[in-house]
Amino acid sequence: MNPAFSVILLTTLTGTSQGLFLAMFGAHLMHALNMPSIDPGSDFYIAGTVVSLLLAGGGLVASFFHLGRPERAWRTATMWRTSWLSREVIVLPAFMGSVALYGLGHLLDWAPQAVLAIGAAGAFFAVALFICTGMIYACLKFLQEWATPLTVVNYLVLGCASGVTLASASAAFSAASLTPAFTLAAVALTLLGLATRSASLIRNSRIRHRSTLQSAIGIHHPRIVQKSQGLMGGSFNTREFFHHRTLAFLRSVKWTFLLLAFILPLPLLAFGALNASAPLLCLAFVIQYIGLLAERWYFFAQANHPQNLYYQTIS
Amino acid sequence: MTQMALVIDLNVCVGCQACVTSCKSWNTSGTAGALADLRPYDEDPTGTFFNRVQTFEVGSYPNTETVHFPKSCLHCEEPPCVPVCPTGASYKREEDGIVLVDYDKCIGCKYCSWACPYGARELDMERKEMTKCTLCVDRIYNEDLPERDRKPACVLACPTSARLFGDVHDPESVVSTAIRERGGYQLMPEWATQPANHYLPRRKTEISIRPDQIMRTDNPRKVDGLQPKPDASSPALDDAASW
Amino acid sequence: MTTPSRLSNPYAEPVGELDVKKTTCYMCACRCGIRVHMRNGEIRYIDGNPDHPLNQGVICAKGASGVMKQQSPARLTQPLIRKAGTERGAGDYEEISWEEVFTLLGDRLRTLRETDPKKFALFTGRDQMQALTGMFAKQFGTPNYAAHGGFCSVNMAAGMIYTIGGSFWEFGGPDLERSKLFIMIGTAEDHHSNPLKIELSKFKRNGGRFVSINPVRTGYSAIADEWVPIKPGTDGALLLALCHELIARGLYDREFLARYTNAGQLVKQDPDADDFGLFAMDPEGDKINADYPHNKYWWDRLSDRLVPTHTPGADPRLRGSYALPDGTPVKPAFQLLLERLKEHTPEWAEGICGVPADTIRRLAHEMGVTARDQKIHLPISWTDSWGVEHDEVTGNPVSFHAMRGLAAHSNGFHTIRALAILMSLLGTIDRPGGFRHKAPFPRAIPPIAKPPKGPHAVKPDTPLDGMPLGFPADPQDLCIDEDGKPLRIDKAFSWEHPLSAHGLMHNVITNAWRGDPYPIDTLLIFMANMAWNSSMNTSEVRNMLNDKNEDGNYKIPFIVVCDAFQSEMTAFADLILPDTTYLERHDVMSILDRPISEFDGPMDSVRVPVVEPKGNCKPFQEVLIELGSRLRLPAFTRPDGTRKFRDYPDFIVNYETEPGSGIGFLAGWRGADGKKSIRGEPNPRQWEMYAKNNCVFHYVLPASYQYMRNWNKGYMDWAQRVRMRRDADPILIHLYSDVLQRFRLAAQGKRPGRQPPPELRDRVEKYFDPLPFYYPPLESQCTDLTRYPLNAVTQRPMAMYHSWDSQNAWLRQIHSHNYLHVNPVTARAQDIADGDWIWVESTWGKVRCMCRFSEAVEVGTVWTWNAIGKASGAWNLGPTANESRRGFLLNHLISEELPMQGGSGHISNSDPVTGQAGWYDVHVRIYKAGDDEAKETWPQFPAMKSLPGTNSVRKNVQAYFVGKWKKRG
Ligand SMILES: Nc1nc2c(c(=O)[nH]1)N[C@H]1C(S)=C(S)[C@@H](COP(=O)(O)OP(=O)(O)OC[C@H]3O[C@@H](n4cnc5c(=O)[nH]c(N)nc54)[C@H](O)[C@@H]3O)O[C@H]1N2
Ligand SMILES: Nc1nc2c(c(=O)[nH]1)N[C@H]1C(S)=C(S)[C@@H](COP(=O)(O)OP(=O)(O)OC[C@H]3O[C@@H](n4cnc5c(=O)[nH]c(N)nc54)[C@H](O)[C@@H]3O)O[C@H]1N2
Ligand code: SF4
Ligand code: SF4
Ligand code: SF4
Ligand code: SF4
Ligand code: SF4
Ligand SMILES: [Mo]
Repeated sequence: MNPAFSVILLTTLTGTSQGLFLAMFGAHLMHALNMPSIDPGSDFYIAGTVVSLLLAGGGLVASFFHLGRPERAWRTATMWRTSWLSREVIVLPAFMGSVALYGLGHLLDWAPQAVLAIGAAGAFFAVALFICTGMIYACLKFLQEWATPLTVVNYLVLGCASGVTLASASAAFSAASLTPAFTLAAVALTLLGLATRSASLIRNSRIRHRSTLQSAIGIHHPRIVQKSQGLMGGSFNTREFFHHRTLAFLRSVKWTFLLLAFILPLPLLAFGALNASAPLLCLAFVIQYIGLLAERWYFFAQANHPQNLYYQTIS
Repeated sequence: MTQMALVIDLNVCVGCQACVTSCKSWNTSGTAGALADLRPYDEDPTGTFFNRVQTFEVGSYPNTETVHFPKSCLHCEEPPCVPVCPTGASYKREEDGIVLVDYDKCIGCKYCSWACPYGARELDMERKEMTKCTLCVDRIYNEDLPERDRKPACVLACPTSARLFGDVHDPESVVSTAIRERGGYQLMPEWATQPANHYLPRRKTEISIRPDQIMRTDNPRKVDGLQPKPDASSPALDDAASW
Repeated sequence: MTTPSRLSNPYAEPVGELDVKKTTCYMCACRCGIRVHMRNGEIRYIDGNPDHPLNQGVICAKGASGVMKQQSPARLTQPLIRKAGTERGAGDYEEISWEEVFTLLGDRLRTLRETDPKKFALFTGRDQMQALTGMFAKQFGTPNYAAHGGFCSVNMAAGMIYTIGGSFWEFGGPDLERSKLFIMIGTAEDHHSNPLKIELSKFKRNGGRFVSINPVRTGYSAIADEWVPIKPGTDGALLLALCHELIARGLYDREFLARYTNAGQLVKQDPDADDFGLFAMDPEGDKINADYPHNKYWWDRLSDRLVPTHTPGADPRLRGSYALPDGTPVKPAFQLLLERLKEHTPEWAEGICGVPADTIRRLAHEMGVTARDQKIHLPISWTDSWGVEHDEVTGNPVSFHAMRGLAAHSNGFHTIRALAILMSLLGTIDRPGGFRHKAPFPRAIPPIAKPPKGPHAVKPDTPLDGMPLGFPADPQDLCIDEDGKPLRIDKAFSWEHPLSAHGLMHNVITNAWRGDPYPIDTLLIFMANMAWNSSMNTSEVRNMLNDKNEDGNYKIPFIVVCDAFQSEMTAFADLILPDTTYLERHDVMSILDRPISEFDGPMDSVRVPVVEPKGNCKPFQEVLIELGSRLRLPAFTRPDGTRKFRDYPDFIVNYETEPGSGIGFLAGWRGADGKKSIRGEPNPRQWEMYAKNNCVFHYVLPASYQYMRNWNKGYMDWAQRVRMRRDADPILIHLYSDVLQRFRLAAQGKRPGRQPPPELRDRVEKYFDPLPFYYPPLESQCTDLTRYPLNAVTQRPMAMYHSWDSQNAWLRQIHSHNYLHVNPVTARAQDIADGDWIWVESTWGKVRCMCRFSEAVEVGTVWTWNAIGKASGAWNLGPTANESRRGFLLNHLISEELPMQGGSGHISNSDPVTGQAGWYDVHVRIYKAGDDEAKETWPQFPAMKSLPGTNSVRKNVQAYFVGKWKKRG
């Protein structure tokens, strides 16, 4: 596929937003459950909510750039019975609404049980949103690189990892007591992400594509070569479904994202936590986020759309 | 239940592209239009077409087959493009199985095109709406048109009649008969999309000639006194046996 | 079926409100009937007219894109004159009025006509009005007229017309409805494209077997049951070997040969006599027709004696040698053919054409056995020219079609003769399942029309005394002066190319530039892109168009171009005449020219305007009639000097070839009330009647006149009665061509009268062989084939017409640029990868382009699509359009002239018999372009400027939607 920047931003920003929210809510929950933890105070929640909302809002704005006809976007909510995209479109505002209410609850000091309940709803929507987003891709069965539970898992884990990394950075500013726990979680999630993402890389490198030129045109001969795709100046089909980059470029993006999203953040997180250094933790987040942008680019680029079998050669 | 479809005969398609531009011409000024062309007179012109004809080479020289391969939306019976659409703009009609886009509802999210393994949908770059072959739904029932013309534009255009049109669920239709008799097949059966459109394979006609047909006794050389005699120098039984 | 409840759009188009107009397509020369669907006065849609006999409702990619032609940014709308003081080719023009055009051009032409009319040259390209343009030239009095035929396919026309009295191309074709085996040679798309496609698919569906002989497998060949790759330029060898095998196996139709060809006619064989190789004539016998004498002999097999041909009860011997009573040795023509074919075994041919001998043999057997064993019998009685009644029409269902793959070689004439002879051996001429003529063919061999025969025929202020073009039968018919020098600017009908029936348009610019045989003054080019794809050696020809004498005047003083679009050619015009498009004008496809006739009878057709002309453009027809009237050419003027015809429609209705002849441009609805056909007085309502009848007139002959027309008494009498033919003589197939032999004898100095100049004697003697033979094309005879080992050819793309569709927004998306297609084996030997930039080089020039691998091309051949590459800015495309940056023209590699063999100087790169341009002879080598070289094609030309009156602002987005009807209610 040809990665669209709007979608890369959408999925990474909202993923981070969801992860951040889940981190906050996790702290809140632990606190509420009388776990041995320190109350970060409502300012932390309020700030976190605002950041989370900004991220999700940013994702939402980015998503509009992906739409040809954003003015009709309201229609997207109608097909939730069949379309994961529609579901995502329903869940995203639900998540953002919950987050906003959650922040408002903290701000206005609503009843703790109510705020906790709202947070629980938000957490539910955050997870649901991960599933919806992941399923948008995982449900396309002939996009074999995507059609795996790992897609959903990765959306969940990577979103959580970046969100929790961001949480640990923000904790370092305003709720130092939470930093170690968040950082530990961030490290764990980053490691988990490395594992699950590597799993999908390994899986994808072994895919045997079920569609071939033979099945695409229904002629069973070992040697078939396309000579003309019927158009020479490009079309939607040549622009949307292929990245037009070399394999070497793809490979370098892969190593870049493995390094930036997973490897580099780990020492930064560790040092940051040990030294309680907010800048280091911020750096960890920024690097990880950039890594995730590359990861998402690669996620799209790596998917081989069978339609490309029909669009290989011009003459 | 009815399922309208095209059946494309690769045995006679010469790759003339008549179906391509007829489709464009009919549809750009019709209910599916306008279909934009970008940079129409400059570098890399590109535009919206519902139907493309491609060329493949099969085999190696000198046993090469050049195959012209027209492709438009296949009107799948299990169209993966429909359920994914978040707005309901993409739909499959119950009455005739045609898969359509309601342009007024489409938000141009392209998701349906991602869900089509055949690359049969094209987003119009000017309207930013998803478009695709409509099976000329605005012609085939159009009572303003004479009966003969109530067929897709590409079908009427095709000089080799390589494009058959009809109901693949009606076993008596031309399309069903052709599929049955000529071994019609579907593209990418592996995804169980059940394309309604089918393709008819190439078929070879050969002449086999027995040696005795080549030079018969009634051949015209006889008239000129040249009835062939065996070559006297070639070995005969007389050379090998004595009695 | 019930109307579905939910349409894709609730505001479905009220199609019924469309206004449907019928006319004839001219996106190519096929001339299909079209329906133009109009909404609010604009063109909404064009489709095939189902009631038109030619295309029966189908259309092609070009035809269906006609709406875009009207949107073209290249469209000329104003007469333009080159700005004073600017250079030719610089593209600086200003608008002038038509009145100024007529004054300026009229004055210039009047002076020329009064002094030396041959200083005016009129050459026309893909024109379908040669009847009018040719007549204008004749009336003007200049022999310097021709259309595209010479650079197109005159070999196909002449090779077959001189053999069977008809040809493929627009003159006849394969009867695929009844054929069982169809062999297509060297054809990619051809003129009769839609009908051929219709027929091919029916043929295949009926179980017919289709074999394609072609170095390349595209288009039609793609669906062939068998593809026989062949080395370009070598089909002559293959065809001779097929003939050899058929004869050796006795797989020929002896009865047909004996009666309907000259196989049994006796040829004089005294090598010392001046009439060596001519037919023996009975001095006592009845000549019947002085031009085409009948008094020849057979040696009767039954009575074993000499008899006049076609003596009732006789049957000629086809073999052996005999003596006339005076002792002159004679042989039947067939015997001479046998002797010629003796060495031409399949093994011999394999070594030349690369087709395995076994394949050649198998193909011969398939042809011969199918022809013999699957005979068609139609219960149609007919009478032959000798009065014998036949109860049935029989046919041998093997048919052929061939086009420029044979024609566009400098050995094409003889190759095509070999093909016509192969078809005759199989007995498939004008018979069901084989080749069928289309009216007005068959014609006499050769046809009666002759070019001007000498300087006396070209006089000031006087029309020519013949047609500018024709078919020489004898050296006396050549268009040369007393010294044997060419009289025409293109040297047609000279000793260089004696049978150049369609002229040599491809040499006009070079000859005029050099002033050889003489300088001309005004060159009027109509509908040909001579500064690009219809010239060889394009870059140099462009320079010639701009070249000046020492006195600072242009070598070609005045160039007028009539085109509808801004082509590469318009840049070199001093005066540009903007034509209408086919949807804006009246046109006729006349029987006087090349009509759209079908096998079953004559058919002609018209175009009627369906939209208003754009801007100030004017149909060229109107320009000619206006000029003709102003110049007071006799055909356009009354005795009192006033104009005879109001305009072109008026001319078409009222013009008669001779006063009262009843023959005009259109054959349908003649007579005052429109009830007469073919002949009849003018009918003032003729246009209306055509318009009402799908713009086509189809005269269906009675079944008994539809076959065996060369020798069909009924048909011939009819044709003579309606004046389609002068006489009703049978047209015997010329297996052996005494016409060619007459030229050879002249070259041998054996004939009184005209003889070739010394430097051309050997050439004429060699190539005027009365029997077909194979020789390597002239270009390869003077090329270092070890250095340039590959043949380079072009193919017609089905979705493009020559250079004129790149302006079409839809079609150019299908072909915006081109590649050189190379067999991977050949490419890898040069270390070239698929997609690489490469150089293609010939002895004459080189181009840089991209390589595309293909398994569907013979290993020694490379090919590209014809005329896709464009000069920058031409057709008002953006200066960086793909056509100019990634597209290329093969023509840069082809020379219009070759070194004169055995002499000094040069001679046209053309068939030595017919002057057919040798497009497909060029030899090249390929090699990788350097990594540091520009990734664009070479040569490049400075971008042309937009002309005044064209759309100089090119839209970035064109979303074509017609009319006020809005789909959203
Ligand atoms: N390398 C190579 N070269 C070839 C050939 C080949 O096979 N290979 N083929 C040769 C052959 S067979 C041919 S016939 C020639 C064709 O070559 P050309 O005769 O040059 O044909 P076109 O390029 O179509 O150019 C015709 C001109 O007619 C103009 N035109 C179109 N419509 C109209 C109209 O309605 N009125 C007027 N006045 N003008 C109009 C176009 O704008 C264009 O400028 O090319 C020859 N050149
Ligand atoms: N769409 C479209 N139709 C057209 C035209 C067009 O430009 N576009 N042009 C029209 C005109 S003007 C013409 S003249 C006709 C021409 O009609 P065609 O003759 O069909 O056209 P070409 O493309 O010249 O085809 C030549 C074919 O001969 C093959 N060939 C070349 N050399 C040899 C050889 O030595 N032996 C054999 N056996 N094959 C050989 C080439 O590979 C090619 O396939 O088409 C007409 N129809
Ligand atoms: S119109 Fe017919 S023959 Fe031509 S490309 Fe389309 S399907 Fe093939
Ligand atoms: S071909 Fe593609 S667009 Fe058409 S119905 Fe099938 S999946 Fe949908
Ligand atoms: S692009 Fe339009 S039709 Fe396709 S999924 Fe999106 S809204 Fe539906
Ligand atoms: S059925 Fe209609 S819309 Fe579909 S490809 Fe044919 S012409 Fe185009
Ligand atoms: S074949 Fe030629 S005349 Fe016929 S529709 Fe196509 S462009 Fe027009
Ligand atoms: Mo031509």
